[in-house]
Amino acid sequence: MHVDAGKITVLSAKGAAGGYAKHIYQSRSFLTESAFRRILYLSGISVLLLLSAIFLSLFIASGPAIKQQGLAFLIGRVWDPVAGRFGALPFLVGTLLTSFLALAIAIIFSLAISIFLGEYFRSGIASSFVKSVVELLAGVPSVIYGFWGLFLLVPGVRFVEQQFGVLPYGVGILSAALILSVMIIPYAASLGREVIGLVPSDLKEAAYSLGATRFEVVRKVVLPYARSGILAGVLLSLGRALGETMAVTMVIGNSNALPRSIFAPANTMASIIANEFTEATGKVYLASLVEIALVLFVVTAIINIAGKIIIIRMSVER
Amino acid sequence: MKEKSLHKRILADRLFKGMVVVLSFVSVTPMFLILFFIIRNGISVIDWSFLVSLPKPMGESGGGISNALVGSVILMVIASLISLPLGILAGIYLSEYRKARFAYFSRLSLEILQGIPSIVIGIIAYVWIVVPMGSFSALSGGVALGMMMLPVIVMSTEETLKLIPDPLKEASLALGVPYPRTILKVILPAGLSGIVTGVLLGIARIAGETAPLLFTAFGSPFMGLNIFKPVNSLPLLVFNYATSPYPEWHTLAWGASFVLIVFILSLNIIAKLVTRRWKVQF
Repeated sequence: MHVDAGKITVLSAKGAAGGYAKHIYQSRSFLTESAFRRILYLSGISVLLLLSAIFLSLFIASGPAIKQQGLAFLIGRVWDPVAGRFGALPFLVGTLLTSFLALAIAIIFSLAISIFLGEYFRSGIASSFVKSVVELLAGVPSVIYGFWGLFLLVPGVRFVEQQFGVLPYGVGILSAALILSVMIIPYAASLGREVIGLVPSDLKEAAYSLGATRFEVVRKVVLPYARSGILAGVLLSLGRALGETMAVTMVIGNSNALPRSIFAPANTMASIIANEFTEATGKVYLASLVEIALVLFVVTAIINIAGKIIIIRMSVER
Repeated sequence: MKEKSLHKRILADRLFKGMVVVLSFVSVTPMFLILFFIIRNGISVIDWSFLVSLPKPMGESGGGISNALVGSVILMVIASLISLPLGILAGIYLSEYRKARFAYFSRLSLEILQGIPSIVIGIIAYVWIVVPMGSFSALSGGVALGMMMLPVIVMSTEETLKLIPDPLKEASLALGVPYPRTILKVILPAGLSGIVTGVLLGIARIAGETAPLLFTAFGSPFMGLNIFKPVNSLPLLVFNYATSPYPEWHTLAWGASFVLIVFILSLNIIAKLVTRRWKVQF
């Protein structure tokens, strides 16, 4: 595979004028081609090694918990470190509830932005305005979302809860889902905009020539065509929502009980780690938190691979 | 298409467009609300002494964020020192060996690495560095942030280098320039703007990260330059002050948020200008 310049020099060095060639070669280059290629190759596979090392470390560090509880860990309803009972079901439920609720809200808005930028306003002031603001939203740190949510969203949710006559905590699953939805809209929207912008114009023009309105074109031509790309965007933003930590930790209310409604305070897998990791005493306690991280790692990895496969398949089809 | 009166179809079309426009503008309002809150609450505390003094204990008024600023810089420097050399070399590898079997797996690992929740990265840095060294440290925080920065650097390097036409490389090789020199002195400088953009975006990504620092850099009320001791960072300070029950500390947190968001947004804008002005053109 490699053309080994080092060897070529050595060979020519054996010839009559070889000593001179070797001299020039060494003085001009601080490292040989084969060494350089080896360095490149090592850096390339280091990423692979890093990922494997992360997985192995998580697996080993969660060993005591896995050994003690096995699969019961994931279906245990009680998390009581003092009594030594570690059941992660409340956090699993909390994570799924917040993420899917957030996804449901985010899909509507990100689809609107995608159609806005990919179909109605492809250029111009309105387009670049919306586009740059969405990009800025993606850059706002999680902790600032959480801080802002604590001061604007939580009182708002508390007010709504008073109207509904449920216990007005303010903090809870609903607040966390709302914050999460704002955070993931940019991710779903950017991929959606791209695929909607890629819909071939002859397809759309054919529909127009048959007398379709723009709404009908979007519904029956653009969206079906861009379907898989939109799905990939949704998957990737789901991956983000599942692992999002700081903003959620700040507004979810940190309760270790199994949540009974979407207004109840709860904890997600990420927020329980953030809350209890530094205080965790005891081998099994710490290992249980690491095991939650392991589950989170595996789930997000699968979601990301699935999203990637959809994107690759999409570009092959075209 | 189903028979419907033309009037109704046009109405549906109008309604749909209106809905798309309204929903789009609704979803950009949070950005303005966030900026409004931060500016309204934060700008009043920002002055010179806020930036250069240490936090005061509870009960005393005033106090600043100097230790968090210094800590953030230390963490970013460590993260860059770790991720830049490795990331750029890996990016060169991916663009040079596009079809290689390992390149496919490296690329896949990068995608996964980028998707790992930041809190999990924090745990890894804890297991790898905090546990063996026996204490929280700036070094472990920097390693955690470096792992988060790495995928951004590799991907932007790869993307840029792919755009550089092969004849440039072939010309250099034909003139007898050894392969390592060709890459480092011809190809890499040609793609510099893309790499710089990647670095800026990478720093913007880690500058606001809190979760991986919770049990690595940990935070500290003191000024510290020792990388083996805990340090504070801006996002950590925002988190600790924001979740405290004291209104004075909330004000400080708004001020720190203001500094943080201005820093991150300007990095994003500079990165955009670099790509636009100084594009890889052939």
